[in-house]
Amino acid sequence: MMVTRDHLKSRNRITVLLAACLVLSLGLALAVGSEHVAIFGPTDQQRAILFDIRMPRVFLGACVGASLAAAGAGLQALLRNPLAEPYLLGVSNGAALGTMLAFVVAGEYVFARPIFAIVGAGIASTVVFQMARSRSGMNTERLVLSGVIVTTFLSSIIVLLTTVLDAARLRSFTFWLLGDLSQSSYQGFYLTLFSAIGGTIVITSQARALNLMMIGERDALDFGVEVSRVRLIVFATASALVGTAVAASGSVGYVGLIVPHLLRLAIGSDNRLIIPLSAVAGAIFVVLADTAARTAIAPRELPVGAITALIGAPMFIYLLRRN
Amino acid sequence: MLEAKHICVELSGRPVLQDISLRVESREILAVLGSNGAGKTTLLRAFNRVVPVTAGTIDIDGRNSAHMSRREIARQISVVAQENETKFPVSVMEFILSGRFVHGGSFGWESAADISAAREALEDCDLIKFGNRMMNELSGGERQRVVLARAIAAETSILLLDEPTANLDLSNQALMFRLVRRRCIERGIGAAVITHDLNLASEFADRAVLLKDGSVFATGPPSDVFTPQNIAAVYGVRVFLDKNPASGKVRVTNVF
Repeated sequence: MMVTRDHLKSRNRITVLLAACLVLSLGLALAVGSEHVAIFGPTDQQRAILFDIRMPRVFLGACVGASLAAAGAGLQALLRNPLAEPYLLGVSNGAALGTMLAFVVAGEYVFARPIFAIVGAGIASTVVFQMARSRSGMNTERLVLSGVIVTTFLSSIIVLLTTVLDAARLRSFTFWLLGDLSQSSYQGFYLTLFSAIGGTIVITSQARALNLMMIGERDALDFGVEVSRVRLIVFATASALVGTAVAASGSVGYVGLIVPHLLRLAIGSDNRLIIPLSAVAGAIFVVLADTAARTAIAPRELPVGAITALIGAPMFIYLLRRN
Repeated sequence: MLEAKHICVELSGRPVLQDISLRVESREILAVLGSNGAGKTTLLRAFNRVVPVTAGTIDIDGRNSAHMSRREIARQISVVAQENETKFPVSVMEFILSGRFVHGGSFGWESAADISAAREALEDCDLIKFGNRMMNELSGGERQRVVLARAIAAETSILLLDEPTANLDLSNQALMFRLVRRRCIERGIGAAVITHDLNLASEFADRAVLLKDGSVFATGPPSDVFTPQNIAAVYGVRVFLDKNPASGKVRVTNVF
């Protein structure tokens, strides 16, 4: 039973466990890479690799993972569908298109990208939501299909844009579109850290209302939830989380699907736990995935999104079949 | 006590309820009856303002509910809606505690008062062994009792029940009504119950209202409301009335 002493104990235990895993995975990610870095008495060059290249990348990866997983957990509760995920719903693509437009319109001005990305994510999620909603409610097929349509539509615009951009930029963009952390900087990291922590807190503040909405929107209304307000808050916050994450690292897919799902298997569906712990577990997941992306075929690199999709796509099929 | 005065409701431009005045008094069960599409569910949803009321007023304990927030209304009125399913695994205890939403902040965890209200509701509804079970593992009757337990745990003064006995077997139908009646008497709450079973209404309700085409056709004690003429006018069927030999209440028998 929830909220008994046993429940509290297991809640604390899993929080401590995940926090420890996060520290360990950060340590591992900093320690390994295509260049060997001596932990004791590194050379100046090794120090530069560690602090200027590897550290911002690892920390940014953690923030991106936290943002995407918390946004995914929030959207799943809101849409009452465990398959809702920013990448699959086209929200990430909306953010990606926004980022590219910022690149074309505003050039190197750093804050333009996250702002355009957040707006793009917001528009994409609104469109998907309106398309998936029908008079009879919202079923899985309709939601997934709407996500596919928006995703492919946005992809074609993105392809159109990449052909307009010149070849050198094109290569970095195709990599970035798949989710790529190799361009990380401290600047991007601070903004994403701020957004990840703030966004997770805001969505968690709606967790008890989301618990009710997950049971049913009508139930939620009957028992005192201002459904339209909660929906607006969670959609806007999830868009901000996805927007800043995508602006920093491209569309890393499936994080928002895998992480909350595994957590629910372990600790149940209470959003007051699932949303904040998804953020922690999402950070671990992306940090480890990016470590794999950096080291699997070193010295060459894979985009981190390829690794997450490799794990996530089969899991999506499994979830869809079980539904 | 809930008092609706001259309320009208339109759904997508079509009038569904017209000029309805009704009270749900404390310590009594009001049975809401009428053919399919007569507006029974809409009436209950208008009572807690989940559907917009286009004219008239609804007072809850003397306060006009038009000026109350969803939270304030939910503190006064709880609901047993028709069944719905969730794809997420939710335990019985979690489900019941969700009815305590308006008693706490949204960040917060359940207080001791929330837990004891939920435990009490579990006991009242004969569900003590079910706290840890998952909702989707329960039978229809057990599930419906859990939905009632959640409404009870909310500790409101008014209870609205939308066909709580649909899909239940004979013993569970009577159990549902007995649980509601006991709560009404012990806690002084008022309940409005939609049902299609005239005999259950006759047995358990203190007052009944017959709805026809979105208006009140007849209202009063079941013994006054259930006449062959009224039932023929509302349902279009012929019935035979006598007294239930066990309880002395009006008994309605279809004449086929």
